[in-house]
Amino acid sequence: MLFELRDVSLSAAGRLVLDSVDLDIPIGATAIVGPSGSGKSTLLRLFNRLADPDRGSVHYRGRPLVEYDPLGLRREVSLVPQLPALLEGTVESNLRYAAGLAGREPDCARCLGLAGLDGAFADRDVRKLSVGEQQRAMLARALAQEPKVMLLDEPTSALDHDARDAIEATLGQLRSELEISLVVVSHDPEQASRLGDWLVRLHEGRVAGCGPIEEVLR
Amino acid sequence: MSAAIHVSLGQVAGSLALVVLAAAISLWQRADLERDIAVATARSFVQLTAIGYAIKVIFEVDSIWLVLALLSVMVLFGALTARSRAKRVPDAFWPLLIALSVAGATTLGLVVALGVFDPTPRYLVPVGGMVIGNAMTASAVALNRLGDEVSDSRARIEATLALGATAREAAAPIVRRALRSGMIALVDSTKTTGLIFFPGTMVGMLLAGAAPSDAVRLQLILLYALLGSVAIAALVATSLGYRGFFTPAQQLREPLD
Repeated sequence: MLFELRDVSLSAAGRLVLDSVDLDIPIGATAIVGPSGSGKSTLLRLFNRLADPDRGSVHYRGRPLVEYDPLGLRREVSLVPQLPALLEGTVESNLRYAAGLAGREPDCARCLGLAGLDGAFADRDVRKLSVGEQQRAMLARALAQEPKVMLLDEPTSALDHDARDAIEATLGQLRSELEISLVVVSHDPEQASRLGDWLVRLHEGRVAGCGPIEEVLR
Repeated sequence: MSAAIHVSLGQVAGSLALVVLAAAISLWQRADLERDIAVATARSFVQLTAIGYAIKVIFEVDSIWLVLALLSVMVLFGALTARSRAKRVPDAFWPLLIALSVAGATTLGLVVALGVFDPTPRYLVPVGGMVIGNAMTASAVALNRLGDEVSDSRARIEATLALGATAREAAAPIVRRALRSGMIALVDSTKTTGLIFFPGTMVGMLLAGAAPSDAVRLQLILLYALLGSVAIAALVATSLGYRGFFTPAQQLREPLD
């Protein structure tokens, strides 16, 4: 298993966000769906230790998550948040920063291409990008680290149909060619069925369904 | 330098006419500051009179230990005051206490070591008060800004942490901005010294009958000492203060408010 959660609970701002969650996420592509406030994004934050549960345990590849060095873990299990939050500077400087943290030299043109951006975007100031372009630059930045797992929080929420299709194609390519495992949060069950083999459905912080996608959607 | 001037209580009482004028303006313009003006006037009278007697005793006893004790009390109250202005920074007291201590010790130590001042109460008490007071203001402004910046930049900080950056790396841009905001006021006022305003020490010396050249030189020494102390205080306060926002696992803590 990629991730295993046992009896995980977490409160934030006085509200129970995850309530006694038991969950298995296999290697491959998993989609997490559920209404707003159901705990989807919090689940992703647990997977790369931006947050820790108040109770219960999270395992990554059979080992407790707390036994991993958090910095090394985050470079291997990359989280792309829903809201773009690039560092000041150019797109390329962002890619170089991320790659440098992972001790790599980035192939900017390739990362941008995978994220559906033209190579000319490398020199663009991030303040002059549209939200959709920023979202794709965030994806390119994560790819520059060459992660083994990508956690994507609503990766196409700010994109039009064509751009969305391009990103979905890229995610499929990442999975098949680079063997990157994906955990994708989506509000759209149709997108979930296009992207994932495994589905987790959350409702009010609890697991309402978990398993192979065709079984859970049935 | 001529003999020191003497000010009678009657002269002090006469200057209260200007306080009455300030209260009248507040009343007339409905600024609602009359009560604050009265409290400020009473507090300044009591506090300055008390410190005047304390300084008189310290000068007469002429003990370096008593001076150090007074400066320590100033640092403690300075840190407590600055903490109240940095409410969004978790555990701000210790970074502030260390910042003021290091700024005071370094600046006073250096001016004494360079032979600028003799290590006597007559120099160390007033100069120490100025150094610690300015360091307090700078570190309070810097930490206040740090708290606002973290609050406004949570998404960017977390996105940077998510790449595997350390808390220090993720906070570096905001620490830099906070440090700058702590220092900028004194840097700007130093630039305009002598053009737009005359600083207090120089005014005091001129009023007391000192030669203008002496007043200017002493003021320059103090300005440079203050620049150093403000830079040290803001640097130490921000370098230690940002840590309170993060857990040992390099996670951004939940906001205090």
